[in-house]
Amino acid sequence: MELVPANGEKLPPMQPGQFVEVAVDKAKVLLNRPFSIYNATDSVLELLIKPLGRGSEAMGLYEAGDSMRVIAPLGRGFDLPEQPCKVLLVGGGVGVAPMLYVARALNEKGLRPVLVYGERTAPDAQLKERLSEYADLEICTDDGTEGFHGLVTNHKAVAEGTPDHMLVCGPAPMMKAMHRIASERGIDAQFSLENKMACGLGACLCCVEQTTTGNRCVCTDGPVFKAEELPW
Amino acid sequence: MVDLSTRLGNIALKNPVLTASGTFGFGLEYADFVDLGRLGGFIVKGTTLEPREGNPYPRMAETPSGMLNAVGLQNKGVDHFIEKIYPRIAGCGSEVIVNVSGKSVDDYVAVAEKLSALEGIHAIELNISCPNVKQGGMAFGTTCEGASSVVEAVRKAWPRHLMVKLSPNVTSIVDIAKAVEASGADSVSLINTLLGMAVDIERRRPVLSTVTGGLSGPAVKPVAVRMVWQVSHAVSIPVVGLGGIVNERDAIEFIMAGASAIQIGTANFINPAATIDILDGITAWCENHGVERISDIIGII
Repeated sequence: MELVPANGEKLPPMQPGQFVEVAVDKAKVLLNRPFSIYNATDSVLELLIKPLGRGSEAMGLYEAGDSMRVIAPLGRGFDLPEQPCKVLLVGGGVGVAPMLYVARALNEKGLRPVLVYGERTAPDAQLKERLSEYADLEICTDDGTEGFHGLVTNHKAVAEGTPDHMLVCGPAPMMKAMHRIASERGIDAQFSLENKMACGLGACLCCVEQTTTGNRCVCTDGPVFKAEELPW
Repeated sequence: MVDLSTRLGNIALKNPVLTASGTFGFGLEYADFVDLGRLGGFIVKGTTLEPREGNPYPRMAETPSGMLNAVGLQNKGVDHFIEKIYPRIAGCGSEVIVNVSGKSVDDYVAVAEKLSALEGIHAIELNISCPNVKQGGMAFGTTCEGASSVVEAVRKAWPRHLMVKLSPNVTSIVDIAKAVEASGADSVSLINTLLGMAVDIERRRPVLSTVTGGLSGPAVKPVAVRMVWQVSHAVSIPVVGLGGIVNERDAIEFIMAGASAIQIGTANFINPAATIDILDGITAWCENHGVERISDIIGII
């Protein structure tokens, strides 16, 4: 979904790994819905939507020309390396959403990352094409319909590769398994979390994650945390 | 020009719009969206004597027209508030009211005593109604004796305006309100959240880590309006109304039912500028209805 400012103003700068809150009025739900920034320029914000719940399903009801209220950008994104190095991106399911913008930002620093993308079944061709523009894409599928048949954690780029940094976003079991791998292999790693949240501004204290320094808000102290901050 | 000024006993508010504790952080979280100086005041996050980590995640469940929370008073303690937060919000131009919580009467008194050193804090809101902490909290607010014991003790330690936040999870909120009035409260605010529960049927488990939590949002509004109306007719101290206010019509409902001021809570999570939108909405409504002073419609029902 592509969003442009209704008032014609420029969008604020957005960091890879940050997120937005969308008032999905057509979903008839109370709370705003958080979505990763899939791509952003100073005029267009792109979101990658997979219909998984009432909010994301209702995003499909919007048509060109409709307007919606969006708060952007929010949170603390990925800390990207400045020096030449090897970066491995790992996205599981909808967790691939922030990886395009991350890869694009790395390209601008002269780095082309490897992206290991895990899905239940073969992903959409258009999505693969866009991701491949900025990253060396490695697909893993649970059903073996494409790429490596198995979990991202068993893919050779993860199990045997020698990246300097790993940036991870996906379901909790996958992230915890990646956390263990990063720790065992001594690889610097960052994880983007998606705890259920209400305000998105650090006020309600609903989305907290237990960290090495106590309960912290995923919306403002995250969504990205460094491996050493997470006692997984 | 509509006169929106209102009084809570010994404090004058420039308008009736306050924020509900726990939904507005320390105000600073909303500074990008709200000119804090325009509000009648804001009530900061529940503050306890010692820092509290709160309850484990998950702490929130969205429900039809509402949400359950089980945050459990996560906060960094009163000393942190006094040293780190107060200097940043003291000069914001609106009343800063501190919500005070504790697990014993001594805790409440100790927090109130520490806060009494802050000249700019003209009021505290005593939280005797939090449903999400095992000790204290709602336990004090569900009996007249419990409520009176806390209010009497804090009354001796706190020299300025004492607002007491009431729990709706009682047989008669009117009886509790009368008890805290007799014990020295300057105003009452109501309602705190309604105790509720949600089940994740796929996982066959409660959604919240604490099983039960506090329900807020538009779902509770009719209950809150009813209680504000009942209490305002039973006590002579001012009543502050809250519970599911998301627009100016909701706010005016509470005011007509007897609220001298209102608090915006869950609406802040949906629209970070909700307080200002509601304030502007109240002004416009009064203009359109020939109401020159908001005080003319307080408690007209």
